[in-house]
Amino acid sequence: MGEVTLHDISKRFTLRIDGAVHAVQALNRVSFTVNDGEIVALIGPSGCGKTTALRIAMGLEIASGGKVTVDGREVSGCGHDRGMVFQFAELLPWLTALQNVMFGLEMKGMRGAELRATATRYLELVGLADSLNRRPHQLSGGMKQRVGIARALAIDPKVLLMDEPFGALDAQTRETMQAELLELHARTKKTILFVTHDLDEAVLIADRIVVMKHGIVQEIMTVPLKRPRPDLGKVRGTPEFADTRYRVWKALHEPTGTVH
Amino acid sequence: MVDIVDPASARAQTSDEAAKTRRPVPSWVITIGSLIVLLGAWEIFGRDINPVFGSYPSAIAEAGWQLARTGKLWAALLDSLRPFLLGYALAIVIGVPIGLVTGRFRSVEAAIGIYITAGYAMPLVALVPLLVLWLGLGFAVKVAVIFLMAVFPICINTWLGVTAVPKTLIEVGKSFVAPDSVILRRIILPATLPYIMAGIRLAVGRAVVAMVIAEFFTSISGLGAVIITSANNFDTATMFVPIVILMVMAIGLNYLIGAVERWVAPWQAEIAGRDE
Repeated sequence: MGEVTLHDISKRFTLRIDGAVHAVQALNRVSFTVNDGEIVALIGPSGCGKTTALRIAMGLEIASGGKVTVDGREVSGCGHDRGMVFQFAELLPWLTALQNVMFGLEMKGMRGAELRATATRYLELVGLADSLNRRPHQLSGGMKQRVGIARALAIDPKVLLMDEPFGALDAQTRETMQAELLELHARTKKTILFVTHDLDEAVLIADRIVVMKHGIVQEIMTVPLKRPRPDLGKVRGTPEFADTRYRVWKALHEPTGTVH
Repeated sequence: MVDIVDPASARAQTSDEAAKTRRPVPSWVITIGSLIVLLGAWEIFGRDINPVFGSYPSAIAEAGWQLARTGKLWAALLDSLRPFLLGYALAIVIGVPIGLVTGRFRSVEAAIGIYITAGYAMPLVALVPLLVLWLGLGFAVKVAVIFLMAVFPICINTWLGVTAVPKTLIEVGKSFVAPDSVILRRIILPATLPYIMAGIRLAVGRAVVAMVIAEFFTSISGLGAVIITSANNFDTATMFVPIVILMVMAIGLNYLIGAVERWVAPWQAEIAGRDE
């Protein structure tokens, strides 16, 4: 099982600009569920609170109100039941790819021969069997993010939380990574919550799309594309893709608050 | 990938590369050249100066040879080096952890940050007589003075280094539920290493100065004593011998620390970009 739910999550903080205190409502009663084995994309313009919502789900930020549950149990702070993939991979630069994956496993308490074997297995899973001993600066952007994904997957979390993981990659690498992520998902059946600002990416990858604007959930849409989706190029040519993409685009361009 | 390469264009490319990658002058050649120019000028113009008011390289070398032959130099060097190494090592062992916790914990920073900042600016020379009263004229006071001069730059650099660690790297530790002690040891310490090493380098110079100051006040032994005695005898050439030795020693230590840095933080040299 692996199901994560945000219940009425709110986040307020205060900003001091030129001596005047402004109260900012970053999230306003945000609620949605990512079901077991499902991929949900969280999409919205910059500043809409999508990353904040993800960070609250991870436990890196504390909500002003509401709660996060994983498999029905309320969580506070970070936990091994959730694995985080950061926007810029955020590998530790002094460790090799293998050691970076081992770091996460060690924090879960794994030791000895099992530790190395598990880390190696997950790096093989993301196609980095030949680069185990490279340091981050010897890896390309795509390879770094593969290590980041392996590091999060290796601790076998119930839910994978990804914060614009392909946002910093060039268009071609991004397409490759999207296909690889779907393949990984088909093999591991992980529950994934995925933040993106890329319309195509959201439609190609997700089962459902949560559209956020100004800190509220504008709309939750189901993507009518079947799994598996082995050829994303072909998926792009389908009327379902074009239709869903248009619906998401429209939701993003509608004035806030009008939900159909 | 394209595997077919037009041979003509390949040749053109290699000759082009040869022009671009013409071997630059090695750094050590530049350094030696600079030394020859400086020492040569000193040798030529230094001879015109009254030997009481100044000296020149060959006279200093001659005086150094005399000091070495009689064994006075080695005894003095040993007397100076022992407290130097102990005081300097203590400054590293104590300064780095204090800097780490000061940078990491807001409450510690609020409690002791002011003392570190003030301690760095402390006019230590003025306090040496007091230290002599407390610790006597021997080994202990030298160690104390060297320690006090060296510990603050190490501490401040470490502290600043910790505050410069990217927040996201710490969040990596948090998201994998690493305890605070692990985050400090396995994320913050390695991320801060370049700053720590810079502080340790800065401290070399201060520790050398501190050593001489301590010996001036106690004035019984060591290279500082050689400086004082020969200065009192108007033997300027001999006075320069320990000064030159100390400066050379500082350069040697600097290189040594650089080598240690490349050993403990090899990724740093690979990441850092520096122009030729």
